Amino acid sequence: MHMADALISPAVGATMWAASGAVTAYSARRINRQMDDRKIPLMGILGAFVFSAQMINFAIPLTGSSGHLGGGMLLAILLGPHAAFLTIASVLTIQALFFADGGLLALGCNVFNLGFFPCFVAYPLIYRPLAGRRPTPGRLLLGATVASVAGLQLGALAVVIETVSSGISELPFKTFALLMLPIHLAIGIVEGIVTAAVVGYVWKIRPEIVEAAGASRRVGPLPMARLLASLAVAAALTAGVLSWFASSSPDGLEWAMIRASGREELSGPGQGIHARLERLQQRTAFLPDYDFPKPAAEEFAADSEGAAPVVQVGTSVAGLVGAALTLALALAIGLALRAMRPRALAG
Amino acid sequence: MSHIETALLDIRGLDALSVRDSPLRRIDPRAKTLTALAFIVAVVSFGKYEIAGLIPLVVYPIALMAVDGLPPRIVLSKVLLALPFVALIGAFNPVFDRAAMVRIGPLDISGGWISFASILLKSLLTLSAAVILIATTGFSAVCVALDRLRVPRVFVVQLLLLYRYLFVLAEEAARMLRAWSLRSAGRRRLPLGAFGPFAGQLLLRSMDRADRIHAAMLSRGFDGRMRTDRVLRFRAVDAVFVLAWVALFVAARLYNAPRALGEAVMRSLP
Amino acid sequence: MSHHLVEAVDLHYAYPDGTAALRGVSFCITHGESVGLIGENGSGKSTLLLHLNGCLLPSKGQARIGGRPVTKETLRDVRRAVGMIFQDPDDQLFMPTAFEEVAFGPRNLGTPPDEIDALATRALATVGAAHLRDRPPYRLSGGEKRAVAIASVLSMAPDILVMDEPTSNLDPRTRRQIIELLKTFPHTKIIATHDLDLVMDLCRRVIVLHAGRVTADGPTEDIFRHPDLLAEAHLEPPLRMQACPVCAAVIPPPAPCQ
Repeated sequence: MHMADALISPAVGATMWAASGAVTAYSARRINRQMDDRKIPLMGILGAFVFSAQMINFAIPLTGSSGHLGGGMLLAILLGPHAAFLTIASVLTIQALFFADGGLLALGCNVFNLGFFPCFVAYPLIYRPLAGRRPTPGRLLLGATVASVAGLQLGALAVVIETVSSGISELPFKTFALLMLPIHLAIGIVEGIVTAAVVGYVWKIRPEIVEAAGASRRVGPLPMARLLASLAVAAALTAGVLSWFASSSPDGLEWAMIRASGREELSGPGQGIHARLERLQQRTAFLPDYDFPKPAAEEFAADSEGAAPVVQVGTSVAGLVGAALTLALALAIGLALRAMRPRALAG
Repeated sequence: MSHIETALLDIRGLDALSVRDSPLRRIDPRAKTLTALAFIVAVVSFGKYEIAGLIPLVVYPIALMAVDGLPPRIVLSKVLLALPFVALIGAFNPVFDRAAMVRIGPLDISGGWISFASILLKSLLTLSAAVILIATTGFSAVCVALDRLRVPRVFVVQLLLLYRYLFVLAEEAARMLRAWSLRSAGRRRLPLGAFGPFAGQLLLRSMDRADRIHAAMLSRGFDGRMRTDRVLRFRAVDAVFVLAWVALFVAARLYNAPRALGEAVMRSLP
Repeated sequence: MSHHLVEAVDLHYAYPDGTAALRGVSFCITHGESVGLIGENGSGKSTLLLHLNGCLLPSKGQARIGGRPVTKETLRDVRRAVGMIFQDPDDQLFMPTAFEEVAFGPRNLGTPPDEIDALATRALATVGAAHLRDRPPYRLSGGEKRAVAIASVLSMAPDILVMDEPTSNLDPRTRRQIIELLKTFPHTKIIATHDLDLVMDLCRRVIVLHAGRVTADGPTEDIFRHPDLLAEAHLEPPLRMQACPVCAAVIPPPAPCQ
């Protein structure tokens, strides 16, 4: 699933952009050092291939719904982790620019969720050990399926974490996770089957392609330091999430109950990760300001997802009036600019 | 027309739009790219219950479309297509956030609905910024901008090659799909079992093509490094472009003009 | 003079799966010659061409350009002297615009930027594609792509032009334009093609390839007047000779399809 701009806070967006940027720079350096000039046209073509293949739907038996190839694991198998990551990133970038898929800020999240986990976690840690360089059809299916599931589950978990820590969507962590993870489990299984089918076909007709792809890189001695670093990050993320759960779980549950029942007041101050994230957001966001009159009651201020007090009628109507007027003004500016364009440029 | 062909037309169409001339064309692509990103960050930095304060930012897409002569319906159709996915997640907000936030007469509007509306508005703004960027700048210009902004050269080249061969491969895929469909009683969707060989065939052809492209590159002296001497000059007008827009974004963020305006209007009423 | 020499010395080549593609091909082409390379599909034409600029290296024998053998070490110089134009222009046009495409070669050679502009502009003008300078390849017609592909090679100022099916998939008018264009080039030309009428228009010499071997090598009219030679290589005389009342008396019409 793609993240969307409107559901991310600037802090989360910037963090994921930095993470994706770092992995991109790392992958680019590794590819430059490999000096395999054949990779460059191959990456371009395989990116175009994945883009095109994604537009071809197939029927998923027993459900009647349509599926399509994700391509992350397939690219990792054919190109190796670094080139595959860049290829996936390029496909997502074009989709963001031309199809408004998610948006440009969310691109950082999407590249990480859909690129990092399949290429740098699932492929080296699950596919390669299971399938090896010359897999039998059985091991190919097993490796591709388990790796795809793992990659997609991690990606889905990341989406949930990114969404919840942004604080814009009201979906509680547990609900969202319960929604995303089972769906992506199913998607992962289908993806694995399809990936294995495609690789299996190529393997049958032109085995040297698959063999060359596997042989050209030594996955065994992956730079251990970096691998450990990425594992540490993953562990930290998980720990953070769990600790958040642990520290504010009663609050979280209680507050969800309050929401459902419609009561406004919140007992208990915002503590734990939540408040810390809020303060982080305060410091790093463009300018933190929720624009609602904050009553003297300070206990509301610390909780970014707390109930804002009921706004006075006057203020809200003023807001509506002002918004309508501003919109009209903006449209007028637009029309004026349009009218000012020289005739010759029209159309 | 199949899904692929429609998508191809979309991409071609958007990029073709960027070939027209307008004052916006002369602005450095870096300036346009950076401004678009600043716009998105500004929009997203508003609070989750904010609606009115966002409205002044509408000037950015409107002004760009107007100066460039970009038909708004093209931008809107793209954005509206992408909206349902965000709306799906955002639609949970009214479910979980039921506390009344605004009271107009007897009507209680919960915070959930307000934040949902805010999400939709933000999506409209940020997604249109992306589409407008491509329609006014063109894909290869954006790539040059990225290159000059220190994005790794390998990645920029990858974007350009992907874009270049997208059409070739998608058309090939469309032809293959049409041929298959004609032999399969007009079905448009492959059964799961047929997808492996289908995609496998396309993949093999693609890899052969990659080999030929590689040979063509080598034949003209390619040694692994893509060189470019596209010179981009950042001029005063480009700096003014960026600074002026960013100033507007900051001002809109700091000062809720619509509300002030509305309050002034309300006060002046008898 | 010698830098225009193109020699094949007993070239042998086999594909990765073991199939033999070239089984001892030898010839010598000198400065300014215009040679047609003809043969059925699978005869090894394209494979042979790829040896001429080092895209493929032979398992036995040698290719020599200007007296120098084509090896890993000499690739750079060979590719400067030999300009290769491939069968499918889409494989050859991989840059965002026609100008970038034509500038690609000189850039790789290390030409200074200001010269590149002049070289590229001149190359595009030579093929009549100056107006296509800023066009992306996906907005070019088949003939325009062909022209830009030729320009992209011309800008490197090669001495030898090697072309694989330059007139395939072209409408008659565009085909004529390409033929007329090629006539104006003083370079040594080696053209692999099924279009035997083009060979009659452009090439004074013909090399016939069959099953990886050279079965004939001589002046065009001689070879085209020997139908048995052509038939052995699974070829027919050019269409215009088949319709000619004089030649048709000598050449039996091909057997009708069953």
